[in-house]
Amino acid sequence: MKYIMKILPSLLSGAGMTLQIFFWTIVVSIPLGIVLGLGLTSEFKPLTAILKFYVWLMRGTPLLLQLIFVFYGLPIIGIIFNRYDAAIFAFILNYTAYFAEIFRGGLQSVPKGQYESAKVLRLTYWQTIRRIVIPQVVKIVIPSIGNEVINLIKDSSLVYVIGIGDLLRAGNVATARDVTLVPLLLVGVIYLLMTAIVTYILGKVESRYNTWK
Amino acid sequence: MLELKNITKKFDDRMILDNINLTVSDGEILCIVGPSGAGKTTLLRCISGLEKANSGEFILDGQSFNPYENRDNDSVIGVVFQDFQLFPNLSVLDNITLAPKMVLHKSDKDAIEEAKIQMKQLNLEGKETLYPYQLSGGQKQRVAIVRALAMNPKILCYDEPTSALDPDLRQEVETIILKLKEQKMTQIVVTHDMEFAKNIADHLFQVSPSNE
Repeated sequence: MKYIMKILPSLLSGAGMTLQIFFWTIVVSIPLGIVLGLGLTSEFKPLTAILKFYVWLMRGTPLLLQLIFVFYGLPIIGIIFNRYDAAIFAFILNYTAYFAEIFRGGLQSVPKGQYESAKVLRLTYWQTIRRIVIPQVVKIVIPSIGNEVINLIKDSSLVYVIGIGDLLRAGNVATARDVTLVPLLLVGVIYLLMTAIVTYILGKVESRYNTWK
Repeated sequence: MLELKNITKKFDDRMILDNINLTVSDGEILCIVGPSGAGKTTLLRCISGLEKANSGEFILDGQSFNPYENRDNDSVIGVVFQDFQLFPNLSVLDNITLAPKMVLHKSDKDAIEEAKIQMKQLNLEGKETLYPYQLSGGQKQRVAIVRALAMNPKILCYDEPTSALDPDLRQEVETIILKLKEQKMTQIVVTHDMEFAKNIADHLFQVSPSNE
């Protein structure tokens, strides 16, 4: 117990870093994913071609490679990020692609008649998107978004590769130093706690959308 | 009064509507009839601005107008779709008041007051907070009618109003349409149901499949 209390502060500070990466990725990637999802469903072919290429690139290469590329690769051509910004940047690029695909699927499942019905009521395109389409899309995509959000918590541990002190790294350091399994077990427990909280919140959001079908 | 002059609509090279001429006088009910595939719905979609006619002219009260580009503030054509297309994420009251509030900039209070008057007329009292999935087919249709009326259209269009309903509800639709006629609403009804058309129509307009 005493040992746990001794290592807990460093684990919690690592968890804080994990949460920061998680938070910024979610806050930027989800709205950006909606916008790119709209772009993917647009009739303007050059735009959809570019977006499809971007999605293919981001989903088709390992996130680990993308992290290394941004932090160690880009400085070679003069683009320098600090560790933290590099991590956030790579995560946003990667997760936006996944969210864009999820929202594209959601957008395409809203019937054309909904747009027409809004059109004859003379709602503008953005009013239609905001009040009619987005709520229906959100309801459809919540389970898939939930999967990605939980993945993100765990994926954030990849930042150790560019030397960021996140939760996993904190546990790893303590285990290596003190030759005990306790820190790694604690790390597991903290991840489980974080995903449990996110699962709970997602469940709440889902039930809020269950008032209509 | 709405006049259509030489309205032509093609999909690619396929002629759907060939030189349609028709007139709808104020307060009357025009039924557009014909076999399926004849272009009835396409004609209605041209009138309501969901399709762009290839050529021809629409004249409303002596003024030429283009339903396809009619995005300004003059509310002209209301539409009740065959499958109603209520917004599933909004309550009945919000379905009705959304456009009056966002497009006509009515206050919450005015929009709700007007909605309630119309809802009462069409026996929808007490359904304000329900969501569309909780309504029967007939109720959904009446909500769709109230929603269209809330925009104060000059003309109300229906696409196959009887086809998504149980046969015994046909009578009810007739009653509603005739009730709105008493209130001087100009109505255009697309239907393949001749008997229904004859019961309500002041004029019938026959659309036949184009040969080309």
